Amino acid sequence: MSDHAQHLQQLAAQQWLIPFFPLVAAAIQSLLPRSARRLSATLTILAMGMSCLLAARAFWATLPVGEQHDEVARAFFNFTWFRFGTTALEFGFILDPLTAGMALMVAFVGFWIFVNATGYMAEDENFTRFFCFLSLFAASMLGLVVANNLLLLFMCWELVGLCSYLLIGFWYFKPSAAAAMKKAFITTRVGDIGFFIGILMLYQHTGTLTLYNAEGTGALQQAGSLGQLAGWWGLSLAGTIALMLFIGAMGKSAQFPLHVWLPDAMEGPTPVSALIHAATMVAAGVFMVGRMFALFTANAGDWVMDFVMWIGCITALFSATIAVAQFDIKRVLAYSTCSQLGFMMMALGAGGLVAGQFHLLTHAFFKALLFLGSGCVIIGTHHEQDMRRMGGLRKYMPITFWCYLVGMLALAGVPPFAGFFSKDEILVATYHHNKLAWVLATAAAFLTAFYMTRQMFMVFGGTWRGGQHDAHGNETTGHDEHHGHAHHEPHEVSWNMWLPLVVLSVFAVFMGWLGTPWLAGNLFHHYLAPEMPAPEHANIVVVLSVVVGAAGILLGWLIYGRRPMQHAAEPDPLAGTLGGLFTVLNRKWYVDELYEATIVRATQALGTLFRAVDKLVVDGILHAIAWIWWGVSQLFRWIGDELIINGGFDAGCESVRGGGRLLARLQNGRVQTYLRVMALGAVVLVAIYFFR
Amino acid sequence: MNAPILSLITFAPFVGALVVLALPKEADRAIKWVALVSSLISSVLAVIALAQFDPAGGLQFVERVRWIPALNVDYHLGVDGLSMGMVLLTALITPLALLAHWKLIEGVKLFFVLFLFLQVGMFGVFTALNFFHWFIFWEIGLIPMFFLIRIWGAEERHYASLKFFLYTLAGSLGMLLAFAFIYLATENFDFVALQQQAASGELRRALGVLVTDIERVTGSEWDVGTLLNVMFWATFLGFAIKVPIWPFHTWLPDAHTQAPTGGSMVLAAILLKMGVYGFLRIVLPIFPDQVVANLTPLLLLAVASVVLGAFAALAQNDFKRLVAYSSVNHMGYAMLGIFAAVAFAPDVKDVVNEKAAALNGAILQMFNHGISSAALFFLVGVVYERTHTRQLDEYGGLRKVLPIYAGVLGISMFSSLGLPGLNGFVGEFLVFKGAFPVVPWAAMLSLIGLVVTAVFLLQMMQKVCFGPLNPRWAELPDMTGRELFIGAVLMLFMFGIGIYPQPMLALSNDAALWLIGMFEQRPDAVLTMVP
Repeated sequence: MSDHAQHLQQLAAQQWLIPFFPLVAAAIQSLLPRSARRLSATLTILAMGMSCLLAARAFWATLPVGEQHDEVARAFFNFTWFRFGTTALEFGFILDPLTAGMALMVAFVGFWIFVNATGYMAEDENFTRFFCFLSLFAASMLGLVVANNLLLLFMCWELVGLCSYLLIGFWYFKPSAAAAMKKAFITTRVGDIGFFIGILMLYQHTGTLTLYNAEGTGALQQAGSLGQLAGWWGLSLAGTIALMLFIGAMGKSAQFPLHVWLPDAMEGPTPVSALIHAATMVAAGVFMVGRMFALFTANAGDWVMDFVMWIGCITALFSATIAVAQFDIKRVLAYSTCSQLGFMMMALGAGGLVAGQFHLLTHAFFKALLFLGSGCVIIGTHHEQDMRRMGGLRKYMPITFWCYLVGMLALAGVPPFAGFFSKDEILVATYHHNKLAWVLATAAAFLTAFYMTRQMFMVFGGTWRGGQHDAHGNETTGHDEHHGHAHHEPHEVSWNMWLPLVVLSVFAVFMGWLGTPWLAGNLFHHYLAPEMPAPEHANIVVVLSVVVGAAGILLGWLIYGRRPMQHAAEPDPLAGTLGGLFTVLNRKWYVDELYEATIVRATQALGTLFRAVDKLVVDGILHAIAWIWWGVSQLFRWIGDELIINGGFDAGCESVRGGGRLLARLQNGRVQTYLRVMALGAVVLVAIYFFR
Repeated sequence: MNAPILSLITFAPFVGALVVLALPKEADRAIKWVALVSSLISSVLAVIALAQFDPAGGLQFVERVRWIPALNVDYHLGVDGLSMGMVLLTALITPLALLAHWKLIEGVKLFFVLFLFLQVGMFGVFTALNFFHWFIFWEIGLIPMFFLIRIWGAEERHYASLKFFLYTLAGSLGMLLAFAFIYLATENFDFVALQQQAASGELRRALGVLVTDIERVTGSEWDVGTLLNVMFWATFLGFAIKVPIWPFHTWLPDAHTQAPTGGSMVLAAILLKMGVYGFLRIVLPIFPDQVVANLTPLLLLAVASVVLGAFAALAQNDFKRLVAYSSVNHMGYAMLGIFAAVAFAPDVKDVVNEKAAALNGAILQMFNHGISSAALFFLVGVVYERTHTRQLDEYGGLRKVLPIYAGVLGISMFSSLGLPGLNGFVGEFLVFKGAFPVVPWAAMLSLIGLVVTAVFLLQMMQKVCFGPLNPRWAELPDMTGRELFIGAVLMLFMFGIGIYPQPMLALSNDAALWLIGMFEQRPDAVLTMVP
């Protein structure tokens, strides 16, 4: 074993430290009183800083060394969690480029989001609790990333879901937040059932859930042989398991048709949206598919990869159309996130592991930037989220504006910003795989540029339209104490809020160069998957993606920029052009209504049905038995008392009579029945004994 | 000679009850302390027993005394991996339930005496190895609970207590008759002996002799197989009602809803486990052929408990009824694991370990449900004491005024939901891990339950704690130190088992393997295939 391999081994055994610090912070914070605000925030940020340093050290170690580099640097550390039967369930941690890159991104982006949150949540009375939840989230998310075991990954997966639930509902007193938190948890849990089945199947057929082990018998190391066995629906066993896991990823990464929870999740405080619902947790599905990629590709004949690609493609386009017609600044970004996650999934489905993971990383930076920027806007405008009541913020919030612009350009795919390169890689991968998907994805890219331009002009262009409608403003705020400020003009936010924007902007500008074929033949590709061939470049794809990006921006400028909105009550110019379609888009294709009318209604109906079955059928039968028993005992009383037995026995039967009656009325409990029945049993026993 | 530790555990509360009876009615404080201390003595002894317990050692701390020679009845006690966890659970939950009623004002003496008797019955059931006194303990559990519901219960207590009592009693009658037949055939009430006779085929032979006798006397024709089947279903019914398995569960929501807090805690945490334990100690060892032959309907009932229990919970608007229905759902998982562990599946790779996962999971699920259901019922009680309502619609936003309560409720709710990191997950995962390869269809159907469980629990949480605060509750005080202590003890177990389940699994694993081995080695298992 070389020195480098040994070093990796040592680091892998220390991977648990990365989630450990935030976990300890969360544990301490859970016991802190409400007043310990400063301490709580400090703990969270310090712990995340530690994680970030550790992640950076691990990342450094996975970087290619020397000239020869055609193998992935991978080390792992496994240990026993518990034993059952004659076997044991192992847990483990892994260090490889996929994990190291993701962990560094999570810790780094998370760190800056936490800094921003100290400003965003400054006036919240549950500030301490908020940072406790953030720490717990960070620990779970980092645990998910460093897990070398699918069960451990799944456990962390559920825990990030828990934190998402807690943080979406952080302003639990709002009925909308209380509903959104539940919806998020349940929708993702539906997907998790698929994930769970995948885990059970994988465990059954490989005998382990450890992904890699030194003996080469890890679950992923057996993927090839699973690809040779038959599974369900014409898939190989590996493909079936992959499909099941992907259903889990669809829930977590808000893929159509399980996307409905993500927009509602915007009920949470904006740093939460940036961290959980843009940069990290929602990308966990993409990460997991990347982690389990060997199963997806185990059998080339499986349709599971096409399924992944088409779900991604549909999600990318579908969500982009909805984003065009939203007015809530965060909802636009939420649908954009859905759409971008769709891009990533599509890339994976087209075989572009590197492209998908690269877009995951770049997207995390610029989408976190955009969300934090929207948070700054919300604070700067005194808790306004409706873009119609914004406008002209460029003047009031210059730093936020410039950073937001960088994020917008990155998302819109304008060269040379980060999103351009990563999205381009995706389009290239798709182009080689399926032309129709590529066309649809290009259309989605066009819409992306369009709706981001629309947002830029509505928020930052024109003149300030706020304060015009303060009578019904502030519906969306969680801070009642802010109502008084509604008349004030917008203002720039404090340094702790804008500094993270600046830092993230730097990455949104330059990060894309890591994954471009024009620089050292795609550095990121060589880092993540040196064993895979880099996709051939296609000039038409590049040209077209630049063209549609420019066209989208141009169209946005034509509609929203040339003549800015003057008044908050003005209808959207697009509403006139698109007519009814705009309403359909604004109402999100009525998917929520459809689910409400079908699945939700059916579930409730089943509940009512089975409650009624218990009350009417089961209890009905019971009561009928009781009545019959009463009738029979009356009969026996009559026969026994009146016809056969003389008066001397009557006194004894008084209680029997009482017993019969009480059974029927079920109101009057006496232990006599019990004794009577016991006596009956004894008589039967004695009878049997004598007859023997 | 070793101290008879199991007898001491069982009868320490009995002594406590006698002392309480001797105390004057007005001495509330003394009564409560005597009750708590005597209950805690059992707990301490149970921990001592645990320290000396060898999971691989089979039945331990065995006490065997000739009791009624004429009937060949021994006083026979012992614990193994199947019962040790249940003894610990009883030792843990009962003192907490007593503590939950520390502020009781009316009928203190009777309440605590009944509770101590109840504890004697529960310990007795989990330690007895002879049907004769096992059945006495089994029925002893009924009577104090009947009065606890009837005297300290809520508005519908008369109906509920009677339903509980008669239903459970009626259920155990069939079992009593079945054992009467067994006794007539074998002149034996001893579980260990009966298990061996069942395994060797001796039991069937002896029943055959009995049947010929009956035929000779009555002139009618009997069939041993049918008789055994009837005996099996009669015994099944007795335990199925107790568990409860759908559709024998309707006494449970009524009894739970009406029972006082401590009664509900013990009822859910321990009394239901007596039913599941009955399957492990009696039904499986004594009627192995019948279990295997009837596995499909048995699995269907387990699945029905999981799924229909969850759906019925969804439609409840009474906080306590909802939690009660969650017990039906959760016990369904345990039954699924148990039935999966005895299913015949020769094609499955490494089948013994799959079954070991299922059975260990089921046993762990029993313990876990004891923890989480006790916590949930306790928390219902906490909020009921303050609001005097159980209607979910009437709460709302309580987290605002009761933040600590909301936190404890949230953790307990997630424990029940099976969130990783908390105890419930480990048990459910193992049950599914084992059941999925062995009985895939039953496991797949039960997965529906996992979603619906989440729906009704989160809905409950939303209605109680989230949304705008109902102004009626603006002045509610949060949990007191005593209440928080009870919650904290239970949460300690939720986190402890969730993070490091190894000690709990080590406790049951050898016994589980023994039970599975009994079924794996049956030569006739091949004849009774399971789909």
